Amino acid sequence: MHKGDLTWLIGGPQGGGIDTSGLVFARYANRCGLRVFSNIEYHSNIMGEHSYYRVRIASKDRHSILDQVNVVVALDEETLIGDPHADFTSFKGHLQELVPSGVAVYDSAGKFKPSEATRSDITLLGVPLMDLLKEALRGIGREGDANRLRIMTNTIALGASVFAMGGDIELFAQVYRDDFKGARAELGEMNALAANAGYEYAAQQLGGRSPFDMKAIEAAVSNGHATGPSLLIRGMHACAFGKLKAGLHIQTYYPISPATDESVYLEANQRDQNLLVVQCEDEIASIQMAVGAANAGARSSTSTSGPGFALMVEGIGYASLTEVPGPVVFLWQRGGPSTGLPTRQDQGDLRFALHPAQGDFPHILVAPADPQQIFDDSFEAFNWADRYQMPVVVLVDKYLSTQSASLDELKMENLVIDRGSRYRSNGRANGAGDEYLRFAFTENGVSPRSFPGEEGGIFWSTSDEHDPRGHITEDAENRILMMEKRMGKLDLAASEIPGGRKISVYGPADADVTLVGWGSVKGSVLDAIELLAEEDGVRASFVQIRLLKPFPVEEVTAALSNAKRLILVENNYTGQLGGLVREMTGIHIPQKVLKYDGRPFSEEELVEGLRKALATGDARVHVSHLSA
Amino acid sequence: MIAEQKPLTYKDYSTPVHINWCPACGDFGIVTAIQKALAKLQIPPHRVAMFSGIGCSGKTPHYINAYGFHTLHGRVVPNASGGRLANRDLTVIAVGGDGDGYGIGSGYFVNAGRRNLNFTYLVFDNGVYGLTKGQAAPTLARGMKTKSMPEPAIQDSLNPIALAIGSGYTFVARGYALDQSGDVLANLIAEAIQHEGSSFVDILQTCPTYNDLMTVKWFNEKPQGNSRLYQLTEEGYEGVVKDVSNPDEIIAKKAQAVGKSYEWGDRVPLGIFYQARLRTYEEELEGRLPNYGTAPLIDWDVAHRDVSKLLGALR
Ligand SMILES: Cc1ncc(C[n+]2csc(CCOP(=O)(O)OP(=O)(O)O)c2C)c(N)n1
Ligand SMILES: [Mg+2]
Repeated sequence: MHKGDLTWLIGGPQGGGIDTSGLVFARYANRCGLRVFSNIEYHSNIMGEHSYYRVRIASKDRHSILDQVNVVVALDEETLIGDPHADFTSFKGHLQELVPSGVAVYDSAGKFKPSEATRSDITLLGVPLMDLLKEALRGIGREGDANRLRIMTNTIALGASVFAMGGDIELFAQVYRDDFKGARAELGEMNALAANAGYEYAAQQLGGRSPFDMKAIEAAVSNGHATGPSLLIRGMHACAFGKLKAGLHIQTYYPISPATDESVYLEANQRDQNLLVVQCEDEIASIQMAVGAANAGARSSTSTSGPGFALMVEGIGYASLTEVPGPVVFLWQRGGPSTGLPTRQDQGDLRFALHPAQGDFPHILVAPADPQQIFDDSFEAFNWADRYQMPVVVLVDKYLSTQSASLDELKMENLVIDRGSRYRSNGRANGAGDEYLRFAFTENGVSPRSFPGEEGGIFWSTSDEHDPRGHITEDAENRILMMEKRMGKLDLAASEIPGGRKISVYGPADADVTLVGWGSVKGSVLDAIELLAEEDGVRASFVQIRLLKPFPVEEVTAALSNAKRLILVENNYTGQLGGLVREMTGIHIPQKVLKYDGRPFSEEELVEGLRKALATGDARVHVSHLSA
Repeated sequence: MIAEQKPLTYKDYSTPVHINWCPACGDFGIVTAIQKALAKLQIPPHRVAMFSGIGCSGKTPHYINAYGFHTLHGRVVPNASGGRLANRDLTVIAVGGDGDGYGIGSGYFVNAGRRNLNFTYLVFDNGVYGLTKGQAAPTLARGMKTKSMPEPAIQDSLNPIALAIGSGYTFVARGYALDQSGDVLANLIAEAIQHEGSSFVDILQTCPTYNDLMTVKWFNEKPQGNSRLYQLTEEGYEGVVKDVSNPDEIIAKKAQAVGKSYEWGDRVPLGIFYQARLRTYEEELEGRLPNYGTAPLIDWDVAHRDVSKLLGALR
């Protein structure tokens, strides 16, 4: 584990304000100039089930979570010791994850009794949350509001945890003041008061000494970062920004975890951003409406996860056959198959997204691995859709959607919108002069398209095989030409998409071992590589395969064929990328480190898995620390 | 170039594409009626977008000179909706079969009514799945057995008119594909197109190849001396809501339409069952998106968005 990093965690019943509180702490740390990496885990449930938010803070950028926790804020008993009444559970509470001398902040008036803790090397900091809140409110003559404002007991607990972390309570309180402005400024002040009360109480109980020192990490933050607070950005934000910048006209969606956040974020901002967001009756309608809009000249997109994507597949095939420019489909993976693990992490949809319809057809599949890549691919996906007239699927996942990390800036330079090849009749009526053929055979396979409404641009399109006019034909020669036209556009895309968008290589060129992966494992892999070098003297590199269709055969072959040793890392059961690499390049990756418990790789898990793979040479290593 | 002033005729909406429907198919009558309706309204072909599902009926756009999108089985309505949302200057007409609209596409048929987007949906109701050779469609009644079916239907038929009313369509009508004058259906379709909001017309269509029950002969019969097919207006039926601010009138007219829609057998009513000029989806969107009323979505300036405020909120 990276020494010196700290993890703060808040857990409690869903609906109890975990998300809000976690974000407040993460933003506080981020504003202090610390480098933050945070993530939330939650159940498919509205109220009551265990949810938790962890915030890792470091002096350098980190890209993964740690199992190990320094301070836990427990809003219920289960957070500390698990649910003793659950029939089948491997979760025994976050107390187990505390480092020696770690601190657990909990409500001393709640169910948890210190005698239930099985450890003596940690500090149990019981805080009378409600009493402290009443007292704090009494000071401003508002004691009577304590019950109505009981959610602020969370703030008391957070204040106590700030002391345990060795943080700065004034900076922490400022987050609330900034959040509640204008008519709600009073709430900001009350929260600041509550935070201070918790902080003071903890200081008293811990004898004025914090076991951890956030401020020391702050002092060690390496230079070179932007002055002023950096962004704390989630993958779903990056996706939305990419779409907005790309000139998205219409987003359609049907609610589903973990994809909904993105669409709702766009919906919440549609007025200011001049964007139409439509909530549809299901995912079939979502994609078909997006196709209809794209055919009419709009840039359109939709977002979903596995179950919804399963309904969308006919739309992908239809859009591909009829050479619709789009839509752009964001597939936020979760644990499958079927309804599976609705709110949990998995990378099991790669094979599905590679060929999501019947027949041979072109589409583009890309898997960005961090917010900047998500932004870049989200933006470029629309250009690809317009340029190659085919749907584009962007494969992301729950972990990428909910993780947020400090980022100095989201780079948005040199963004060029390319609407592709367009037919303009210049007022010529249909039938006057050369006939417009929507699916004309051209040198590169792309036929200029007209937007409905344009005089002289009338065309037909059909989900049946068709002639250049767009009318149905079953003619054999036409079929051959049309197949070659459509599939040839994939070669065109492969030849035009820059290498930097296809794969990324990290680490030394002459590494002892080369790790191969895609999507969200990148973060954990980068952190693990650093540790292996520091602690084990192992020089590892990482090849991230980002463009999955058209597959970058040459680039991947070049990157892998001279590697001394190859290990695949995937967050799924079968190691789907390994099969694809072998199919496309003939290169067999002899070892895999896999995780398929519905959670992302923590830094410790991946390092453990890699060490085991390196030591044993086992073809298949599976890791899980059974986190909540 | 000097714009031609010659009025458009229905021939301006035809294409040279070979029509491969069976001889005497009721669909011929519907295509002609659509072309006549467009000519009547003088809508230039390039301003019309025809969408269709899959089936014999689904081939319609290929035979009409207008932007034509022959989509997937059951998916015509969301495709048409997307086209309309993207460009509200287009006259959007969706067509499809009874299997397409009431079977595989029933969810979209229903939900489009709730939206009340300004488009027209014409369903070619022949009681069978034509293109797959005559299996029972959702409008074939229990106990019926066409010559193409090995066994009679053992499910009830659904009632498209009642379903459309319940779904919220604001123009609900029934037509007949082969009316003698050839203009009754065209006029009905023209009214549907002109109606602001979601218009739905169930068009009784003969399938001479597979449906030997609802034949031209059957439709033209006079069971009790009265012709089977008759126009609602002949009976003085009034389906149009006069005062749309009066919810009681709306409910009463809906109830009347649903009641009337169960008349079937010796007497089969045609025409407008219900019509109300209610708030459209486009009008709702104007309230949400100030630009929606001023220019088609595809013409908005979306290429220069400023997201700095949104980014600022993430610091
Ligand atoms: C998803 C899917 N399932 C089945 C079919 C096969 N299919 C083609 S047309 C059709 C039925 C057409 O009946 P209807 O919608 O009533 O149209 P009609 O041919 O009678 O005009 C079916 C089932 C298909 N094309 N797609
Ligand atoms: Mg039919």
